[in-house]
Amino acid sequence: MTNYNPYSLRCKTILVTGASSGIGRATAIECSLLGASIIITARNEQRLQETLRALDVSEGQQHSCIIADIATEEGLACLVESLPSLDGVFSNAGIQKGQSPVKFLKNNVIDDIININVKSHVRLARELYKKKKLNKESSYVFTASVGGVSTHFLANSIYDITKAGINAFAKSCAVDFSSRKIRVNAVCPGMIRTAMTEPTGTISEADYQKDIEDHYLLGRYGQPEEVARTVAFLLSDAASFITGASIMVDGGCSLVH
Amino acid sequence: MKITMELKDFIENFADQFEDTDPAEITASTVFHELDEYSSLIALSIIAMVDEEYDVQLKGDDMRAAVTVEDLFNTVKSKLE
Ligand SMILES: NC(=O)c1ccc[n+]([C@@H]2O[C@H](COP(=O)([O-])OP(=O)(O)OC[C@H]3O[C@@H](n4cnc5c(N)ncnc54)[C@H](OP(=O)(O)O)[C@@H]3O)[C@@H](O)[C@H]2O)c1
Repeated sequence: MTNYNPYSLRCKTILVTGASSGIGRATAIECSLLGASIIITARNEQRLQETLRALDVSEGQQHSCIIADIATEEGLACLVESLPSLDGVFSNAGIQKGQSPVKFLKNNVIDDIININVKSHVRLARELYKKKKLNKESSYVFTASVGGVSTHFLANSIYDITKAGINAFAKSCAVDFSSRKIRVNAVCPGMIRTAMTEPTGTISEADYQKDIEDHYLLGRYGQPEEVARTVAFLLSDAASFITGASIMVDGGCSLVH
Repeated sequence: MKITMELKDFIENFADQFEDTDPAEITASTVFHELDEYSSLIALSIIAMVDEEYDVQLKGDDMRAAVTVEDLFNTVKSKLE
């Protein structure tokens, strides 16, 4: 056996937003297992500490956590201020709420979703690039979704436009950041079992089972770790010729809609 | 602000979510799941209408449990109090 491993993240420093839960937490853990030092951020201190405790330190990785509400300009400024220079960013924080048909959309719901799902990501990318916190040849990954990119569910319009927007923004950054050879990509998860997709609100477990039967070629929804491994690949040198791509991690559901 | 609730207005708001069904067809005793036009979009519209008009957040299970329009009215009313 040799030490050959192009997927390794050793000696890389990676920022993960939305790291207190779900896909962000799983990605922080996965990247630490591959040797990276991780900076995790979100609003909830307790859940962020739980993520911090779960990170691998067996190779001397140094992890830290920064509590910030990145939907606010002050929160975002504080975060950027305290960051070192980075080899990778996973821009992932997001919310899904207030599903409603277009005719009942509420102004505050429109604003809240767009603020965190789009504006905070745009501002973070701008600040990191402008303040030269992104190392040359670093890798930047956004979480889009199949929603808005290849599938459109009932009563999901605002979430869908935010994810279509982030998917487009990832490609714009791939172009604009190319002079520093920074690669920028998006992952588009299908339904992943996280806090965001607990069957509470208007959708029941039975609705989920029907959706799986009708649309998921692999016969199930995904786990956060399955998105995490795709993100870790994009953050690694193994993906050195991939930029401007949108990678579906969706059990085949975008083919069946 | 206290929201008061009349069955007559509720039925009107309820019927307003349908495009093709004659409003006269919708009464307190209508078994709404059996209406031809009833669909998941209509169910979501009713949930959103109830949120907007009565500030009550219905769940999918509430929609499934109610048989008649009046049942749903009573569910909303019980959540108002
Ligand atoms: N689960 C799915 O099926 C699915 C599918 C496609 C795409 N996605 C996308 O994947 C991403 C992660 O979702 P998830 O499923 O892992 O959901 P989740 O478990 O609810 O995690 C969302 C994360 O975003 C953070 N966040 C939300 N608002 C924030 C704010 N204002 N400032 C800072 N952090 C904030 C949350 O942390 P705090 O609450 O601690 O701030 C949390 O860590 C989202 O962008 C989501 O749209 C999810």
